[in-house]
Amino acid sequence: MKVLVAVKRVVDYNVKVRVKSDKSGVELANVKMSMNPFDEIAVEEAVRLKEAGKVSEIVVVSMGVAGCQETIRTALAMGGDRGVLVQTDADLQPLAVAKCLKALVDKESPDLVIVGKQAIDDDSNQTGQMLAALLGWPQGTFASKVELGDGVVNVTREIDGGLETVALKGKAVVTTDLRLNTPRYASLPNIMKAKKKPIETVSPADLGVDPAPRLKTLSVEEPAVRQAGVKVGSVAELVEKLKNEAKVI
Amino acid sequence: MALDPETLSQLLDTVRRFVDNRLRPLEAKVAEDDAIPAEVVQDMRDMGLFGMSIPEAYGGLGLAMSEEVQIAFLLGRTSPAFRSLMGTNNGIGSQGIVIDGTDEQKSHYLPRLASGELIGSFCLTEPGSGSDAGSLRTSARRNGDDFLINGTKRYITNAPEAGVFTVFARTNPDSRDASGVSAFVVDANLPGISLGPNDHKMGQKGAHTCDVIFDNVRVPVSAIIGGEARLHQGFKTAMKVLDRGRLHIGSVCVGVAERLIEDSLRYSLEREQFGKPIGEFQLIQAMLADSKAEAYAARCMVEETARRKDQGIDVSTEAACCKMYASEMVGRVADRAVQIHGGAGYIADYGIERFYRDVRLFRIYEGTTQIQQLVIARNMLKDARTW
Repeated sequence: MKVLVAVKRVVDYNVKVRVKSDKSGVELANVKMSMNPFDEIAVEEAVRLKEAGKVSEIVVVSMGVAGCQETIRTALAMGGDRGVLVQTDADLQPLAVAKCLKALVDKESPDLVIVGKQAIDDDSNQTGQMLAALLGWPQGTFASKVELGDGVVNVTREIDGGLETVALKGKAVVTTDLRLNTPRYASLPNIMKAKKKPIETVSPADLGVDPAPRLKTLSVEEPAVRQAGVKVGSVAELVEKLKNEAKVI
Repeated sequence: MALDPETLSQLLDTVRRFVDNRLRPLEAKVAEDDAIPAEVVQDMRDMGLFGMSIPEAYGGLGLAMSEEVQIAFLLGRTSPAFRSLMGTNNGIGSQGIVIDGTDEQKSHYLPRLASGELIGSFCLTEPGSGSDAGSLRTSARRNGDDFLINGTKRYITNAPEAGVFTVFARTNPDSRDASGVSAFVVDANLPGISLGPNDHKMGQKGAHTCDVIFDNVRVPVSAIIGGEARLHQGFKTAMKVLDRGRLHIGSVCVGVAERLIEDSLRYSLEREQFGKPIGEFQLIQAMLADSKAEAYAARCMVEETARRKDQGIDVSTEAACCKMYASEMVGRVADRAVQIHGGAGYIADYGIERFYRDVRLFRIYEGTTQIQQLVIARNMLKDARTW
């Protein structure tokens, strides 16, 4: 069985994000970038399936600027077999990413696609779902457990009411939630070996996709600074303030 | 092997994350239990941390010195006990075989040392002999095709965990100096080898040392590192191992100092006295600035010396300078860290007093500060005589 995993290069989760002075976006110059944590979980799941003998090849895909190669290398160091970089300077939005992934799925014909449920930069939570729709494949989103059966993928999903298990027949798209697994640290020898694994570079045009954004960012703002709270002397005072100042009751 | 910048930065990123997320939360527990949890040791093995300086052909990473010091800076950011466990395999416990070993010795030992399956330990110090090689008493007496080793080794790092020892023993009973000493590679499970109880140390709990006693331990001639051709050459092997070790220790000291400076800065911003953070007081600022400048100086020394060593330049003077300066520096930085933390620095909860005790060892092992001074000054005088 062949698995395709998509990984996104995002601002590292430890970085304190700052808005650019022209408010066109967040500052990316000289900022540490790393793999979206949900995608790390996706890579780990694919590697575990391979270690369990259920998967024969893991293809890692990333999209964006040339630097995304590093993100692919990280995934290869964790256990991916080869990489594909869809290189573009375009402002990639979920639909364009899903279209590129569909074109790659058509080309690579994997049996399973695993992606993070969302990326920690824009938190869109759309790519996996859009891809499943474009492919006409069943989807298991927010997976906290993935089991491969005979022609079926059983996915336990984290939903508001608790856990739901869906059985996906045939080829499927799975998006990963936090509790699916704990990603490994790539070993130092594997990081060095990953250097020798192949990464193919293609452009959106090669895949027949126009990556032009459908949404326009007007302005990016810092969250409003939180005001200091006040202590109230009595319940009556609290109710009075909630009613007349906060106007919430 | 020189790595491309991208691979090196990935290595460093991974080590930093491992140190910050996996090792640092365990510092207090390791000190309390005087043991590193087995699953963490396995994680360290899986990461490849035991084989940094062992050639790739034998399953290690084969890092250049300038790459190894970058990793050691990061390993210094947590309790030295973790580094100690992998330290001998990367340094004195393996480098004798890497530098002077026969092909058989290399292929027999190095892959298992690189994976961490086998821990290597370095048996030089004795009850009556430390820096003074001439007084080394452990003997290796020829007996047919074998040698019989007798003697006691003291303060041997990782001996309780070791699977193989590099043992220095006098093979020429008539010699009174370093010239009659050979280095043997000795499996720890041979009959006649016994261990003393673990030493009760001032710090670095979780890292273990003890006596190793050799009682008529029979080893073949082929156990001499480099084979019979290197009979009586043991000290030359030891000296070659030391430059790398001194640079490694120097970089660990820099790492610990940088960690303590970060902890001190965080505390300086958080702790308030007289209505403002103590970091706003100039006397605290002076301590922070002194620590920063000294740690930075040591970092530059280590990086420059490592770069020169990779170019094949003899750095024995500079490596001794690095070990001496960095170990003394981290002692001062740890002292200031306690001072900046005040009462919090003296009680165990913050871990600062633990580092203060841990770093004391750096000025003592792998050549005391005083031995480094001798090495540096003797090399200077020797060079000056050729002016």
